Amino acid sequence: MKPGRIVKVAGPLVVADNMTNTKIYDVVRVSEMKLMGEVIEMRGDEASIQVYEETGGLGVGAPVYPTGEALSVELGPGLIEPIYDGVQRPLNIIMDQAGNRITRGIDIPGLSRDAKWDFKPSVKPGDKVEEGDVLGTVQETVLVLHRVMVPPGVRGTVKKIESGEHVVTDRIAVIEDDNGKDIDITMITRWPVRTPRPYKEKVMPTEPLSTGQRVIDAFFPITKGGTACVPGPFGSGKTVVQHQLAKWADAQIIVYVGCGERGNEMTDVLIEFPQLTDPHSGEPLMLRTILIANTSNMPVAAREASVYTGITLAEYYRDMGYSVALMADSTSRWAEAMREMSGRLEEMPGEEGYPAYLGTRIAEFYERAGKVVCLGKDNRIGALSVIGAVSPPGGDLSDPVVQATLRVVRVFWSLEDKLAYRRHFPAISWLTSYSLYVPNLEEYLLKEYGKEWIDNVESALAILQEEAELEEIVRLVGLDALSPDKRLIMETAKSIREDFLHQNAFDDVDTYSSFEKMVKLMELVLLFHSLAEEALNAGVPVVDIALLPERERIARAKFTPEDKLDEFEKIKDEIRKAFKDLKEKVLAEA
Amino acid sequence: MIKEYNTVREIVGPLMLVEEVEGVKYEELAEIELPNGDLRNGRVLEVNRDRALIQLLEGVIGVNVRETKVRFKGKGMELDVAEDILGRVFDGQGRPIDKGPKIIPEKRLDINSSPINPFARDYPSEFIQTGLSTIDGLNTLVRGQKLPIFSGSGLPHAKMAAQIARQARVLGVEEEFAVVFAAMGITFEEAQFFIQDFQKTGAIERSVLFVNLANDPAIERISTPRFALTAAEYLAFEKDMHVLVILTDMTNYCEALREVSAARQEVPGRRGYPGYLYTDLSSIYERAGRIRGKKGSITQIPVLSMPEDDKTHPIPDLTGYITEGQLVLSRAMHRRGIYPPVDVLQSLSRLKDKGIGEGKTREDHSDVFNQLFAAYARGLEARELEVILGEAALSDIDRIFYRFAEDFERRYIAQEETEDRGIELTLDTGWELMASLPTTELKRIRVAFLEKYLSRFKEKVEEKKEVS
Repeated sequence: MKPGRIVKVAGPLVVADNMTNTKIYDVVRVSEMKLMGEVIEMRGDEASIQVYEETGGLGVGAPVYPTGEALSVELGPGLIEPIYDGVQRPLNIIMDQAGNRITRGIDIPGLSRDAKWDFKPSVKPGDKVEEGDVLGTVQETVLVLHRVMVPPGVRGTVKKIESGEHVVTDRIAVIEDDNGKDIDITMITRWPVRTPRPYKEKVMPTEPLSTGQRVIDAFFPITKGGTACVPGPFGSGKTVVQHQLAKWADAQIIVYVGCGERGNEMTDVLIEFPQLTDPHSGEPLMLRTILIANTSNMPVAAREASVYTGITLAEYYRDMGYSVALMADSTSRWAEAMREMSGRLEEMPGEEGYPAYLGTRIAEFYERAGKVVCLGKDNRIGALSVIGAVSPPGGDLSDPVVQATLRVVRVFWSLEDKLAYRRHFPAISWLTSYSLYVPNLEEYLLKEYGKEWIDNVESALAILQEEAELEEIVRLVGLDALSPDKRLIMETAKSIREDFLHQNAFDDVDTYSSFEKMVKLMELVLLFHSLAEEALNAGVPVVDIALLPERERIARAKFTPEDKLDEFEKIKDEIRKAFKDLKEKVLAEA
Repeated sequence: MIKEYNTVREIVGPLMLVEEVEGVKYEELAEIELPNGDLRNGRVLEVNRDRALIQLLEGVIGVNVRETKVRFKGKGMELDVAEDILGRVFDGQGRPIDKGPKIIPEKRLDINSSPINPFARDYPSEFIQTGLSTIDGLNTLVRGQKLPIFSGSGLPHAKMAAQIARQARVLGVEEEFAVVFAAMGITFEEAQFFIQDFQKTGAIERSVLFVNLANDPAIERISTPRFALTAAEYLAFEKDMHVLVILTDMTNYCEALREVSAARQEVPGRRGYPGYLYTDLSSIYERAGRIRGKKGSITQIPVLSMPEDDKTHPIPDLTGYITEGQLVLSRAMHRRGIYPPVDVLQSLSRLKDKGIGEGKTREDHSDVFNQLFAAYARGLEARELEVILGEAALSDIDRIFYRFAEDFERRYIAQEETEDRGIELTLDTGWELMASLPTTELKRIRVAFLEKYLSRFKEKVEEKKEVS
C-alpha cells in the first residue's frame, strides 16, 4: 500500500494525508522509525493518528505506512511468563534488546516464536468441530492448562491433527470447512483489542469471588464475573487493595494492568509475586498472573490501549472456561489519556475537559466482564471479574470518572483517607460502600455457611451503623454519658472494626483470611456481644465487661494460622466461662 | 546548511508562529535572532504543514514580526555533560553562570530521556539517614525514592531541604554521592540561602546547581528540571554516584506550564491547568529510581508550595499520585515553634517498609513506628477534647496520651536545624517517650521487644520521677 505523509505533529497526535486506503482504528507505522500508531479520526484523505511512542523529531513530510489491521494482540500459550507494555510488547525482551530504557521503534511480537509447547490433541481426524471447541491442550505453567480452541468463525471437520512439541506458529491442525476448503490452525490467534471476544450467552453471576479480605468477603462481596470499583485519594491504599486481590483472589487467572502508575510499584509486583505462593495450590502466584505495565512516564496513547490489551487477554482465558479476574490500576489514568487525545483533536469537551464519550467508553469496558457460556460444544462456563481503581482528584467522588464508573459497576469499595490516617487498613468505609451482588449470593452463602452467617453480617453492619450515630453524641457529651447498652454497642463496634475488619496486608498470617476463618472470627465477636447483652441484663456493670481479659484473645484471633482454626472453639469456651463467672460474682454480691 | 526564516507571523504570549518553513521537526530547538542581534532559544511545540509553533524560553520582549530571524537547529534540547559539572552553577537552560571555565563536554545528552523499562528497575530498599527523626523514624526515605515536601508560603521547607541535603547518608558505607539542585522561579534570597549553605559545608564541591530565579523567564522553567535530571542521570547511571535531586518549587513549574497551555488555547483541566499535567509531572518524577546492575541511584525531593495550604489543589494532588509518599508541613506546628513542622499523620513514605528493620535500621523499628503513630494519633484526639472541655475534664488515660502528644512534638519531632540525629537515638527517644505510657497500652509492639528495650527506659523514667 502507498504510504501517507505527515502534515502535522502535536504531541502524541500526528495528522497525515494521502490516507484514503486506511480504515479507522487501523494500526499504522509512522516515519522511518516505524513508530506504532492508531488511526482515530478520518476527514477526507487526512487521518489523525495517536502514536504509541514519543513523537519528538517527527516532521512534516515523513511517511506513514498502513498495516491494514486494527490494533490487535497475539493470543496463545506463553502469555503468562513475560511482562507486557500497553501494546503487548514484552518488556523483558525489550530490555535484552534495547537496554535499560525503552527506546523507540522497537517491534517485538507478543508471543515468543522459539518457545516449544507440548501439544496434546483432544480431537481426532474426522471429528466435527465448531468455533470454540477445544482442539488440544498445552501445559502453559504448572497452574494453567492452556486450551487451544477453534478460532471464532471457523467450523468443519478435522482433517489432520498434530501432537508433541511445537512452536506457536506451527500448524497443529487442518480443518476442512463446509465448502471443502482447508483451514490451517496454529496455536496463535490474533484479536483486535477494541472488539469484545464472542461467547454463547451471558448468565447471572451467583458465586462469590473469594478475596481473602474480610471486609470485602463479608460485607461487600464481588462475584465471579462481577465488576467493582475502588475509588480513593492518594495514600488511602488503592494499590495495596489491588495487590491483595491479585494475590489472594481465588480466580484461576489474574490479569494485572498497571495503567499510568508508578514504575517502582510494578517492580514491586515483579519482585514480590514470584516469591508468593497461592494459598489454593501452593505454587508461585506468578504462574497464574499476566502483567501489563504502562507506567505514568511511558507514552500516553499506549496507556489508553493498555486496558483494552488487558481485557482481551483476560477474555481469551475466560473463553477457555476459566475464572479470570482483571485489576486495572488506575482507570483514571486511562480516562486522562482519553482526555489528552480528545483535547489534541480539539473536540468539544464534556465535564472537566473529559470527552463527551467518557461514560460510554467506561461502560463498554466494564460490560466486557461477566459470567458466560463459552463458545464450543461442551458449554463450559467462564467468568471474568473486573476491578478498577479510580483516582479522583482530591478524593472527590463527584469526579466524572468516578460517577461514570459507579453507573455501571455493581460493587463500590469506598476508600477513605480518614481511615487511612488512623491506619485502619484496608481503608474501605463500611458506611458508604455497597455491593449489589448480595441478593445474587444469598442462595450460595445459605447453602455453604448457613443462615447464621447471613444474620451475623446483618447485625454487624447494624452495630456499625448505630456506632456512627452514637459517635455524634459521644463527641458532645463524652462516652460516660451513654447508657450501658449503648456503651456496649460502642465496645462491640470497636471490636468489629479492630478485630474483624482491620487486616494487616503485611502480616504473614493476616494477609489472607479464608472464608471459614472469617466466619469463625465473626462468630467470636458476636458471641461476646450477645453474652455481654445477657450479662448487662443480669446486672453486670459494663466496665467489668469492657475489662475482660478474654477480649485480648479475640483481638489476637485473626493471627491464628489457617491450619489451627479449632483454636476458635477454645476461645469461645473461655468467653462463655468468663461471662458465667462474672454473672455468678454479681449474684453472690447481691 | 541551516536555513534562516524571517517569516514570523504571530507572537502571542510566549508563543511564536513561523510560516513557510520546511523540514522542521517536533520538539526541535530553534534559535531566534532579534532585530538588535540578541539570540534567544525556543522549542517547537507543533508543526502543521508549513507552519511551526515555537515556545520562546526567554520571553517575547523585543521580538517583532518583520525583522526577527529564526533558525532551526536540527536537534532537540541537549545538555553538555562531563564530570566537571560538579561544583558548577548553571542557569535554567544549562549554561554556566558562575564565571568558571567552559565545560568540555564528554557527551551531549537529550534532556528528555526515554522512560526506564519497569523490568529494568531495581526496587529501592536502602535506608538513607537524614538525621531528622520525623523522616528517619516515621517517614523513612530510601535510595531511589521520590518523596516530595508539601509546604506553604512562609514555611521552612528550604531550611529542611538544605538540612536533608547536608546530612543525608547511607549507614556504614562510604560511597560517592552528589546533590543536584534545580531552582525554578524562587527568589534570589532563597536561592542564595541554598548556595551559601552548600558553600559553608563544602557540599558545593559535590553539587550541580541549575538556577532559574523568579525574575528569570518563566517559560525557561519548563526545561530547568529536565536539565537537572539529565545531569543527575549522567552522574548516577554513568558515573556510579548516589544523587539526591532537590527540585524547588514545583508550583512555579506548573504555573509556567499553564501559561503555555493557555496561550495555545487548549481545553483546560482543573483550575486552568492543562489536562496533561499528570503525564507531564510524571515525566519528571519518574526519572528517580534505581536500575538493575547499576551502582548509582537518583533520589528526588521535590518541594512544592500548596496554594492556600490546600492538599487537594491539582499540583499537590497529582504529585501525590505519582510520588512515593509525601512530607506535609503544618502551619499550626510552625506557629507553635516546632521545627521541622512535619504533620506526621498526613505524611507518608510508601517505601518505608522495605527500608527498615534488622540489618537496615534496627529490628524494633517497625513496631516502634506503629506504636508511636497510634499513640500520637490518640494524643491528638485527646487534645481536641481538651480544647473543648479543659485538661481537668480528661480521663486519666486521656490525660496521659494528651501529655504524650505534647512531649512527642517537643522531643521527637522538634530538633535543631544543625542537629544530625542518628537512627539509634531516634529509636531510643521513641522508647523513652513510650515508657511514660502504661505498658498495657503498648499493644502494637511485640512482647520480645518490650522485654528487650522497654525495661531500659522504664527505669530512666522512674528515676526522673523520683528526682522531681
